[in-house]
Amino acid sequence: MPEITVTVNGKAVTKTVDANTLLVDFLRNDLALTGTHVGCDTSQCGACVVHMNGRSVKACTAFAAQADGQQVTTIEGLADGTELHPVQAAFKEAHGLQCGFCTPGMVMSAVDLLATNPSPTEDEIRSWLKGNICRCTGYHNIVKAIQMAANEMSQKAAAE
Amino acid sequence: MSDTGIGSAVKRREDFRFLKGIGKYTDDINQPNQTYCYFLRSPLAHATINSIDTSAAERAEGVVAVFTGEHFTEVGGIPCGWLVTGKDEKPMVEPRHPILAHGKVRHVGDPIVAVIAESLQQAKDAADKINIDYGELPAVVDMKKALEGGGTAVHDEAADNMCFDWELGDKAAVDEAFAKAHHVTKLDLVNNRLVPNAMEPRAAIGVYDMATEDYTLVTTSQNPHVIRLLMGAFVLGIPEHKLRVWAPDVGGGFGSKIYHYAEEAFVTWGAKQIGRPIKWVAERSESFLTDAHGRDHVSHVEMAFDENGKALALKTDTLANMGAYLSTFAPCIPTWLHGTLLAGQYTTPAIHCNVKAIFTNTTPVDAYRGAGRPEATYLLERIMSKAAAEMGIGQEEIRRRNFIKPDQFPYQTPVAVVYDTGDYDASMDKALELADYAGFGARKSKSAAEGKLRGVGFASYIEACGIAPSSLVGSLGARAGLYEAATVRVNPTGSVSVMTGSHSHGQGHATTFAQVVADKLGIPMDQVEIVHGDTDKVPFGMGTYGSRSLAVGGSALVNALNKIIDKGKTIAAHLMEASEGDIEFVDGTYKVKGTDKEKTFGEIALTAYVPHQYPIEQIEPGLEETAFYDPKNFTYPAGTYICEVEIDPATGQTRIDKFVAADDFGNVVNPMIVEGQVHGGLVQGIGQAMLEFAAYDENGQLQTGSFMDYTMPRADDVPSFDVTTTVTPCTHNPLGVKGCGEAGAIGAPPAVINAICDALSAYGVDHIDMPATPEKIWRAINAGEKPMAAE
Amino acid sequence: MHGFEYAKPGSLTDVGTLINDEAVFLAGGQTLIPTLKQRLASPRTVLDLSGVSELRGIHVQDGAVGIGAMTTHDEVANSSEVQSAVPALAKLAGGIGDPQVRNRGTIGGSIANNDPAADYPAAMLALGAIIMTNKRQISADEFFTGMFSTALEPGELITSIGIPVPDQAAYAKYEQRASRYALVGVFVAKTGGNVRVAVTGTGSDGVFRSAELEQALSANFTADAAKGAKLDAGNMMGDLHGSAEYRAAMVPVMAARAVEAAA
Repeated sequence: MPEITVTVNGKAVTKTVDANTLLVDFLRNDLALTGTHVGCDTSQCGACVVHMNGRSVKACTAFAAQADGQQVTTIEGLADGTELHPVQAAFKEAHGLQCGFCTPGMVMSAVDLLATNPSPTEDEIRSWLKGNICRCTGYHNIVKAIQMAANEMSQKAAAE
Repeated sequence: MSDTGIGSAVKRREDFRFLKGIGKYTDDINQPNQTYCYFLRSPLAHATINSIDTSAAERAEGVVAVFTGEHFTEVGGIPCGWLVTGKDEKPMVEPRHPILAHGKVRHVGDPIVAVIAESLQQAKDAADKINIDYGELPAVVDMKKALEGGGTAVHDEAADNMCFDWELGDKAAVDEAFAKAHHVTKLDLVNNRLVPNAMEPRAAIGVYDMATEDYTLVTTSQNPHVIRLLMGAFVLGIPEHKLRVWAPDVGGGFGSKIYHYAEEAFVTWGAKQIGRPIKWVAERSESFLTDAHGRDHVSHVEMAFDENGKALALKTDTLANMGAYLSTFAPCIPTWLHGTLLAGQYTTPAIHCNVKAIFTNTTPVDAYRGAGRPEATYLLERIMSKAAAEMGIGQEEIRRRNFIKPDQFPYQTPVAVVYDTGDYDASMDKALELADYAGFGARKSKSAAEGKLRGVGFASYIEACGIAPSSLVGSLGARAGLYEAATVRVNPTGSVSVMTGSHSHGQGHATTFAQVVADKLGIPMDQVEIVHGDTDKVPFGMGTYGSRSLAVGGSALVNALNKIIDKGKTIAAHLMEASEGDIEFVDGTYKVKGTDKEKTFGEIALTAYVPHQYPIEQIEPGLEETAFYDPKNFTYPAGTYICEVEIDPATGQTRIDKFVAADDFGNVVNPMIVEGQVHGGLVQGIGQAMLEFAAYDENGQLQTGSFMDYTMPRADDVPSFDVTTTVTPCTHNPLGVKGCGEAGAIGAPPAVINAICDALSAYGVDHIDMPATPEKIWRAINAGEKPMAAE
Repeated sequence: MHGFEYAKPGSLTDVGTLINDEAVFLAGGQTLIPTLKQRLASPRTVLDLSGVSELRGIHVQDGAVGIGAMTTHDEVANSSEVQSAVPALAKLAGGIGDPQVRNRGTIGGSIANNDPAADYPAAMLALGAIIMTNKRQISADEFFTGMFSTALEPGELITSIGIPVPDQAAYAKYEQRASRYALVGVFVAKTGGNVRVAVTGTGSDGVFRSAELEQALSANFTADAAKGAKLDAGNMMGDLHGSAEYRAAMVPVMAARAVEAAA
């Protein structure tokens, strides 16, 4: 059984896991970070998206062992305490969530999008979200939220 | 209007926990010493179970217990909540639906063995060691073939696989109208089977406390009290006071989480057998096989018109798939929630509807967003547009000529229901304006210049929401009342806890219900807590489905609030030494009319709990009221949708370029949330029209059993929408609200298909079945009058 | 998922030491992990290649692009070297699956798996790529031997891919809407005057070169020439998402779009 050390949300944790433990199960079961969800078994719904070394990945399609020595950020680590990351805040402002189940994966995916493309077009946003399925919102307000966040973040960056 | 009152787009209070990843869904909950359950399910659609050998599994590492159908012969089957009586006056055929299959399996995914182990991995490993000897039987899949019988019956009780043969309406009047019709339009269509696919898979945790003899079921449910009733009373025989059902955060339902499922009963029962909690979480592939599916109708429709395009009569013949067993509400979907909506927005004087419900070796079918009403709307709105094309009348015009006019309300339809109010021209007007219908011709020419086909489709839907008057539904076969309950507890310091039987799984009740309370009591929203989803906290409830939360649950809430306000008046009158008739309650303050004497709501609340100076002879201390609201009628949301598509004739690929929705939901409490509900419904409707299909092969294997093959709409499949509302307040509930949850899924499919058929009209295409995939469209183009490309 | 041993070799030499008959290589894992989750495979050892630095990197020299087997789709899509040498390949990589798949999935993994609906095999075949392994070099024509089947021998590992820079190339993909794999994917390349056309998602035995399209486009490298080609539906696969006949008809349509994009 591999012993792994993963920096999760800025804190290094060392655990022994079964080799076949998925990253998502490690986060949910070993670390009680239940914000990362499992919505399918074919690596398509994106409810489990987290960041590994700053890029979005599906935690259901990576072994915990592969995260050894890596930086993992989950939805819980995106903003401190009661603060909201600008993408989280925009999802609330634009009503970009309903049942909330796909939301953590959506938000983590959107944060990665804005890191690589700070002012995406609507088509680019919709194309980026191929790996995230939402059954509630019809995507309309998710797209709007990401546009709002992009504006907010670029204004903030310009001010700095 | 305050900034949080009724009508305000208040941001949702529940969002914070979901955005931070600290919501609590069933799978996020763990119990000390819990075990894990894995269900070994049938790989065959139809087979006898000759023997089951679980001995190796029982000895496998980590296994706690193994159960089969043998263990459930003393326990009730899963009950059906609605009894439909056929036109022959006979009750529907209602076969037993066992918790674990016994003797026979009837659909792929039917649970056969439950393996409980220390870990899920161990439970699965043990299940691999189970040997089942099946005697495979021919599968009943196609409904028409099912009726022909041929010796294969899903249930012995129904040799011809017919559950019931039901009708509604005046057949003689319809025949008479057809005989004198100027024009008759005919249409055969399929309403494709769908898989609801809420993003949170179903899950259940059963707990038994030997000390208190209490059971707890944590489950992904839209209606925990209904589950307590069905499971407690009919399956396991546990009285209500010993059974807590808790549905915490629930990740979407769309109907699929209304029903009582075998896994819920199993984990509850099993927890007592093994003396430890049992947790089960569906994998998505299990959800595909076991969550109740939706729709699945095959219909023949005919509509008769006079020379002016006025509808004279409508007749429909429908086969409705029930699947292998009767799910909780299955029989009422194709009947009372379908036939009664066939008048639509129109004055059609004679309607007859015949529905045969069929058992097949497929997953049970039940309500899915819209439930019966999308099927009714689809066939009616499709045939209206087809008739318009045949008679050379515009899609807009044929609808306007047949609309029920505002001065005709209340309007008695020929299919039992009475519409209270509506203004169908108003939503048509607004939709046309938003759609820039006047510019359609120019856009069509532009598309044509680029080698593309453009079409426009209309759908003017009506639905019945806010189910429903208990006496009415009781007379129609419902085995429960369909009221809703709310308790308003005013705490001594003036804050308010509301316990509602409505359940939120995305709809935002914590916000909208609090808006109603804040508005009525004149207190800040942050002084209001909405509690739902737990039978130990909420006195009673019938739950959330059929767009009923605000219309029924909200009405119960208003009635309870009115009781609070009235009791407060008695207290205020006593405190201010005035007569009760002189007290008015305005913006959170009790005032003596014509004086400057006043008491705040907070002061009255405190007085109720510190009743030193109190009308104790008249009323009791405390300030808590419960109301049960039983609706007087259904509500009738309605609207017009306009869809514009562009088709690439080389591939058949279709893009929705524009989609406009103008809905009349009555009064609106939170327009932001209402718009979100419409968006979500539209995409489910567009998904049905263009992408989604639960396809079975002839052996009863689900061919679209994962997201690899079942096409869920993604962000790049759909456009942004233009949505708006018109308002005719509901006349019979205190908020004047109608319900908005299902409209999009009801109105969108015919709008999309009408648009596609319009685009293809030059090729002589007058119908495409859903989902209108590129290949179907490409074939229709190539089989048409002006073939574009060689086959 | 069945149990297995996990090992993370640090070099190709380590790989040689750790390999056994029941081992599988874990590259990006975007196909292997779902396969293991479904219990469709039960290897004894999973060798995680992410620590083998020899397998990474992109180099352009002597008119060819070399891409390490463990290079992710996202790295290929965003590589300025690839974007300028073979823009069609960068674009193809940027359209595989979804962003999360592209952040993990690798070119070596995709090629070794040879999924009949994957994008990369079409590019390799059309571009006349050379597949470098720890044992030898294999031309793309010899490498892809049928659906989910390649010339790789047990224990043989792709180390890098060599791609001659084409004169013109483009990929046109018709996505299967559920899985987002290719229903029909056509890669058209003109290299040193030679036209090669490879088709994925469509063939009943996996990725293939279309003689009909190569002939038509060699004579006349235009969209119209592509549209005029006829493919035999008898060689196509058919399923719920597209019949063999429909797929056969879509190949020339996608080829024409690729030709337009390649111009």
